Amino acid sequence: MKTASAVDTGAPRPQPRPLPEPPESLAASHLTRTRMVATLGVLTAATVAILIGACAVGSVHISLMRALTDSASPDHAILFVARMPRVLMGAIVGAILAVVGAALQALVRNPLAEGGILGISGGGALGAILALIVTWRWAGSAEIVPLCAFAAALGSTLLVYRLSEVRGELEPFTLLLIGVILNAFWGAAIMLVNSVVNFYYTHSILFWLMGSLASPSWSEIALVGGFGLAGLMVLLAGARDMNLLSLGDDAAAELGVDVGRLRRMVFVATSVMIGAAVSVSGIISFVGLIVPHMLRLALGSDHRLLIPASVLGGAAFLVLSDLVARTVIAPAEIPVGAITALCGGPFFVYMLRREGRKAITL
Amino acid sequence: MNETAAAHGAPVLSARDLVAGYGAIAVLSGVALELRAGELLAIVGPNGAGKSTLLRLLAGTMKPWSGVVELGGRALDGYERRALARKIATVAQENSVAFGFTVLEVVLMGRAPHLGPFHLESARDLAIACEALERFDLLSLAERRIQELSGGERKRVFLARALAQEPAIALLDEPTAFLDLRHVAEIFGRMRELSLSRQMAVVATLHDLNVAAVWADRVMLLKEGRAVATGTPEEVLTADNLRAVYETEVYVGRNPATGAIAVLPAPR
Repeated sequence: MKTASAVDTGAPRPQPRPLPEPPESLAASHLTRTRMVATLGVLTAATVAILIGACAVGSVHISLMRALTDSASPDHAILFVARMPRVLMGAIVGAILAVVGAALQALVRNPLAEGGILGISGGGALGAILALIVTWRWAGSAEIVPLCAFAAALGSTLLVYRLSEVRGELEPFTLLLIGVILNAFWGAAIMLVNSVVNFYYTHSILFWLMGSLASPSWSEIALVGGFGLAGLMVLLAGARDMNLLSLGDDAAAELGVDVGRLRRMVFVATSVMIGAAVSVSGIISFVGLIVPHMLRLALGSDHRLLIPASVLGGAAFLVLSDLVARTVIAPAEIPVGAITALCGGPFFVYMLRREGRKAITL
Repeated sequence: MNETAAAHGAPVLSARDLVAGYGAIAVLSGVALELRAGELLAIVGPNGAGKSTLLRLLAGTMKPWSGVVELGGRALDGYERRALARKIATVAQENSVAFGFTVLEVVLMGRAPHLGPFHLESARDLAIACEALERFDLLSLAERRIQELSGGERKRVFLARALAQEPAIALLDEPTAFLDLRHVAEIFGRMRELSLSRQMAVVATLHDLNVAAVWADRVMLLKEGRAVATGTPEEVLTADNLRAVYETEVYVGRNPATGAIAVLPAPR
């Protein structure tokens, strides 16, 4: 080997060398275009089937055939006025919550992060409630609600971020704890607001807070969908860098990632998305925790697949939860947030216990 | 192996008058070095001498207070992060990975600086990653999750990742800390081979002077942020130098089996 090197003195680049043929078995064990298309194709098909099913099922039986062919039938009205907007909104909000969870987990390198746990949803909810009261009491159009929710969510994010920075480094576990504290703080502020407004508002606020997807308008769907799509583009663009970030800030930087810029972009995008979701549906917790975790178990950790898969998985999960919420005690309804929290609480405990046993991943 | 120094290629990285530190405390005060293609440079010195700081300056992840690091005649500042990552690979002392990435996935991350936006790794990238895995005997572990590996195996994964980056320069911070003799020999054996066959310059900070003596072409001895001596192991690892730098008695002899310098503590 010594003689070989003595000859090419001064060569700046190594000569092209013959590369080994990768073993057959390995071709399947990393992310390829084929695997990505196949996985997302199956997930899309399953999600679409669930959405269609959720449109067909409800407290009142309707015929999809008649709803589509006869525009004067009550079936048509139920499908297009009541169910379809609700299912669509459920899909959009679920997709947002899950994909934001996946992105925040990548950002803080911790599978326990989520919009709700980091206090971002709580901040957004407080902003939305204040905006709601202003529009009810004084003038103002309903469009300011999502904007206020987004602004408050972003403010909350910045606060969590600033408070968890220690000497310019983001300490993931501190961030999680600060988030939990802030979440409780926003909760207290919401209760305070609730106790000083009149009874009518109190009831509306409480029901809204528990998380409901009932009767959204088409303009709301377009607004939340638009915000969600814009944020999703940012997250998709950052997906590969999220993989590198799981090696740590320094290692990611050494592999060419502008870590500060990635964090800022993802924090703004997720705040916009959470703000939009919270402004229409209140706080629906744990979707961002359960869905990415399940998908990671099934599909692996590569964010280039996990991010789009979370969109589909989140949509399907929340639409199913909402289906349960509106059918089990029909014609009455359980708030969908209660369903997800009932699933999510025990799940969170299970994950904490699991994390406790193998601390390496943190 | 030490006499290969003369055979090395063109300078790839040069640093002049590096002064740097944290807060108001200077850790390095006026270090210069020139790195040539294909050479293995060991940076040794007591704890707190500034070894890791020097490595971070060379990697461009830390900026010097004054002085300059130049890659191919251009200051590191002038490079875009990704462009720099195609030239310089770094392996930190501690490496943790969040989530359950597999060994293959981590090694493929070394290809990221070479990929266009939204591109997945190509067949060629996979072949390069597999070559790197093969070099460090990791092919059989390729599909295992990184968290399931032992310390020595994990270290090799990160070295393989750096190799998959196809850098001109590899910066290794204590690559063999906490590893047993066999792993030390294997890792340095491989790095030595690679630096020669690919004309890759390797800089490693080391605590173990004997490792430096066996595998390094050149050694830089740091004390309190200054280079006390730079040269071949024979020139640098002398009893006088080491006594002055480590402030303890040492015995410096020759390993009868290899002829390399051997350093032993010799307390009175």
